[in-house]
Amino acid sequence: MGVVSSKLGNMGVVTTTLDTAVNWARTGAMWPLLFGLACCAIEMMATQASDYDLSRFGMELNRASPRQADLIIVAGRVVRKMAPVVRQLYDQMASPRYVIAMGDCASCSGVYNNYALVQGVDEVVPVDVYIAGCPPRPEQLIHGILTLHERIRGEHLNQWIVEGER
Amino acid sequence: MAITNYASQNAGALAQESTWEGSVEELRGLVSERALTGETMLLNLGPHHPSTHGVLRLLLELDGEEIVTCLPDIGYLHTGIEKTIEAKTYEKGVTCTDRMDYLSPMSNNMVFCLAIEKMGELDVPERAQIIRVIGLELTRINSHLVWLGTHAMDLGAMSVFLYCMREREMILEMFEMLSGQRMMTSYIRPGGVWRDITPDFLPALEQFINLFPSRLDDYESLLTDNPLWRDRTEGIGVVEPEDALALGLSGPSLRGSGVNWDIRKAMPYSGYETYDFNVPIGLHGDVYDRFYIRILEMRESLKILRQAMARLTPTGEFRSNNRKFAPPPRAELGRSMEAVIHHFKLWTEGFPLPDEEVYVAIESPRGEIGCYLHGTGGNKPRRVHFKTPSFMHISALGSMSEGYMIADLVGIVGSIDIVLGDSDR
Repeated sequence: MGVVSSKLGNMGVVTTTLDTAVNWARTGAMWPLLFGLACCAIEMMATQASDYDLSRFGMELNRASPRQADLIIVAGRVVRKMAPVVRQLYDQMASPRYVIAMGDCASCSGVYNNYALVQGVDEVVPVDVYIAGCPPRPEQLIHGILTLHERIRGEHLNQWIVEGER
Repeated sequence: MAITNYASQNAGALAQESTWEGSVEELRGLVSERALTGETMLLNLGPHHPSTHGVLRLLLELDGEEIVTCLPDIGYLHTGIEKTIEAKTYEKGVTCTDRMDYLSPMSNNMVFCLAIEKMGELDVPERAQIIRVIGLELTRINSHLVWLGTHAMDLGAMSVFLYCMREREMILEMFEMLSGQRMMTSYIRPGGVWRDITPDFLPALEQFINLFPSRLDDYESLLTDNPLWRDRTEGIGVVEPEDALALGLSGPSLRGSGVNWDIRKAMPYSGYETYDFNVPIGLHGDVYDRFYIRILEMRESLKILRQAMARLTPTGEFRSNNRKFAPPPRAELGRSMEAVIHHFKLWTEGFPLPDEEVYVAIESPRGEIGCYLHGTGGNKPRRVHFKTPSFMHISALGSMSEGYMIADLVGIVGSIDIVLGDSDR
């Protein structure tokens, strides 16, 4: 809050738009769902662990319950048997909810163009950010998350209502 | 929102495909009769559960807190890797094997390459074998670190996870020096390894070997004599040696029950018979023994790494000279027409293997991983099948966990070190 408090002076008042304030809150503590599928989940764990420290972005708290999560990082290949589960988890999340397709398999099934895989998780849930890589490096995941934050900062009040109808 | 509608329509179709419209009658014979009358409770654990190490689903029958039946349901990560390899040349198939057991990619590369080398009667130079051993033992430590971190976190020790991942990053950086990739290395190739070790690899390895014993002591000081840890692990998930063999356990899970079986000793490959190391054996066959054996194994791996490092000559062959199987060095392409032809042939149609079948098994961090390979005489395999330790361990989970409390199940699942990518493929 360093920037804000310096602008406050000693009046204790700050003016901003509702959009900015809500989006600031949404990006500041976006709790991901504790949900891993395959190899990418291991890199997601590495991103949350010591070296890359995802808590810098207010994201260290993984919620095991979709009811408490804002973001679902689909980390790994989505198998046809797993697809209904992914959709159910997404449906259980409260709005606003965001989806990151982490890795080639979640984005487009990667090298596995075969009978077993859903060819990209966007066949099942709407995806906000795609991250390439097999698996993506932690830096790439962080970049994807920051891209999502950037996108959320540009959201407006009328878009929230659309999101509610989703 | 066109995209949204499209997505939800698809989800509807997929959900319909898998909607279970049966009754509890279908479970007759799988669960006890008491479950059918509602006397005991049926509980689903997974596939979305933080402690199932991936997407394992367990159907539990509970009498209060006690587990009466535990039915594992796998297939939530079935990727069709074996079928995909059938459509690829042998060299390209190596890339697919990485993604099976994603915590120990080099073991998968190794067993697939050993099968190819056995079938093609391909030689592997001494130096390449040493580099392979270094890669395999680093992989073992890497895999055990993830296992230790997640296993301890499941049982409530969060900080161990952060320490383990810190050391794991050192290994991943070394893998990146070797292969250019952190996790999916595809470094071990038929006839040797992809490229020679890079100049910064050996100093990094030496630093790791010197540092890691003290870090292992740190983990042990957090867990080994910790009364809370011992309470949660001792006497839980006990497997008798004969049961362990009958259930098909392998690796540390088998040795925890006191069976002395390590493929590195019993059927050595890649020169393991020339290294001096011990195979830790457990006494009680419980979760604690399986934990402690993996800690000791990491120390033994360090011993192997030290010996391998001492043997490594500054230069030498890192890949077979058999040009029908291994590509020529890049420098040769400018001088020799024959090298260009070999290069072209290998990267367009690959190499043929005879219409025969082989089976090779190695000791992966999890246990025995085997590769059955059937050639066609052409450049693609007819059938590739992997016998994977996680699959065997999951099948043993039911009998291992019966009679224990549901809270202990998390420890038992962690102690057999399963990776769902390995079991479902």
